[in-house]
Amino acid sequence: MKKFLAVLHARNMEFLRDRSALVWNLAMPFMLVFGLAFTFSGNNKELFKVGVLGGEATLQQCAPQLHDTLHLQFVPYDDAETAINKVKHHQLDMLVDPAAKKYWINASSPNGYMMERILWGTEGRDYARQAADGREIRYVDWFLPGILGMNMMFSCLFGVGYVITRYRKNGFLKRLKATPLNAFSFLFAQLVSRLLLIMLITVIVYAGSNLFVDFNMQGSYWTLLLVASLGAMCMIAIGLLIAARTASEEFAGGILNMVTWPMMLLSGAWFSLEGTHEWVRQLAQLFPLTHVIDASRAIMNEGATLAQVMPQVAILAGMGVVTLAIGAAIFKWE
Amino acid sequence: MNTVIRAVKLVKHYPGVVAVDGIDLDIPQGICFGLLGPNGAGKTTTIEILEGIHQATSGQVLYKGEPLGQKYREEVGIQFQHTALQEFLTVRETLQMFEQLYQRTMPMDEIIKLCALEELLDRDTRKLSGGQRQRLLLGLALVNDPELIFLDEPTTGLDPQARRHFWDLVTLVKSRNKTIVLTTHYMEEAYALCDEIAIMDRGRIVSRGTPAQLLSEHFGDVILQIPKEDTGNRLSELGLNVLQAGDTVEIRSKGLHNTLKLLMDNGVNLDRLHIRAWTLEDLFINVTGVHKP
Repeated sequence: MKKFLAVLHARNMEFLRDRSALVWNLAMPFMLVFGLAFTFSGNNKELFKVGVLGGEATLQQCAPQLHDTLHLQFVPYDDAETAINKVKHHQLDMLVDPAAKKYWINASSPNGYMMERILWGTEGRDYARQAADGREIRYVDWFLPGILGMNMMFSCLFGVGYVITRYRKNGFLKRLKATPLNAFSFLFAQLVSRLLLIMLITVIVYAGSNLFVDFNMQGSYWTLLLVASLGAMCMIAIGLLIAARTASEEFAGGILNMVTWPMMLLSGAWFSLEGTHEWVRQLAQLFPLTHVIDASRAIMNEGATLAQVMPQVAILAGMGVVTLAIGAAIFKWE
Repeated sequence: MNTVIRAVKLVKHYPGVVAVDGIDLDIPQGICFGLLGPNGAGKTTTIEILEGIHQATSGQVLYKGEPLGQKYREEVGIQFQHTALQEFLTVRETLQMFEQLYQRTMPMDEIIKLCALEELLDRDTRKLSGGQRQRLLLGLALVNDPELIFLDEPTTGLDPQARRHFWDLVTLVKSRNKTIVLTTHYMEEAYALCDEIAIMDRGRIVSRGTPAQLLSEHFGDVILQIPKEDTGNRLSELGLNVLQAGDTVEIRSKGLHNTLKLLMDNGVNLDRLHIRAWTLEDLFINVTGVHKP
């Protein structure tokens, strides 16, 4: 027991005296709690997103029971085509036209299935189900870019950020500093190494899964590869920037969590940001993962060309170059 | 001899501490220069400023008469006190990686032979013993065939056999007209390897010269050691410079013949007499003020 207490005390002291790590360990949960609470604020937790043609007033008038159902978020649309497209792409769970007593769901969407039951339960079976024009996007096709993007994000940020912090802590960077190697060459080598590995892994996972799932691929694989590579480069550069100076793995871990958690939740990987606060959607634009996922979904599910995803390509390239330049400029070997 | 590296009025401040306090150094080509001192004397800070790893608060370091620049990185070899290597690489791969970082290199076979790495080439660097690891680190310091090599406490923690093996390697390297700057805690190491030494204490150089010069300057006598019980308690009356060290009496003598005659005339039993010369360790303790003889 004495030995256990001695080791316990020593480890506690180590943790408490590493101020930077302590601050992050305290600050991080606070930021998560308040950030998430604010982002998803409201009295009711909304489970399903329903697009409404004609606006909420029409819904209230024509389908009052559906309107009064709790935990549904109604998003008004004027243009049926846009809204149907969002149903096809799992950005809306259902689109309803209360005046015409029509509704649209994506047949492969579990949420769509549930919403159909809710509609029947509240307004009866008078509503006519409409087929979404063109090929509906399966849930797995919508979800895949998010899953691959998330895996890429964690591998890039932690794989680079942690490793460089460890190199600095154990003196390997100091040894390299004694050679003619410059910071940019070192960082660029780390970037290219991780980029090659993560792209190889991503391609293997995609190709392997495709054998069983047969993903929807409307666009060009080369364009998809370009978007994924730029996204990975951008996230690796963020990892390099985070690890540019610190020698504390716990501190680096805190910052990496601070970057990855919001990116994971707000990039559209897990759920659509349709109907969230405007500032949340603006914030999501700061995350490279958002652009990777948006562009990948557009290429895979809508057959978007390189020209059509050029805004995302340009943003990812710009973010990557700027972040890498800042990382190299502030990089310290020790 | 040409000066390879010169330090002029080097000062290094850390918050609340003056680690290096106005050091001047000239290290000539082709010698092994030893920087000695107790823990916290400023040796590693000084050597790391000379290596160009840290910037001095004030003062200047000149390599072949010029301020340190990119050329310096190409021409010096460094073995740090503590260093880690890229993991999951073999000895050969590690050497090859470092070789790629320099324009001019020593042939790999030569480094392998010089540092006795033949048997270790395919071994994971994490599986090397202390002595093997130090030999690899020396090999890495030599990949660019440097003119100037810094070795910061290279044998700390090694067993006596591994240490002596390392000394042989350093002697071999020195025989190629390389200049070596060595820091060490082991006085016998400094005596065996160094042509010139400087002893640091509290950020300053307190003594400098060849080991023989310094010993002669500071002592110029020998020590006679006699078991206390053999002296018959008559030494205090003889006007000798006597030191007590436990059960042994130590007598400092500049004229050995006269001292021995005096002791024999006064009936001191000299059967168990031991005569020893002063060592660098004595000098070290003397000049750093740890213990005054």
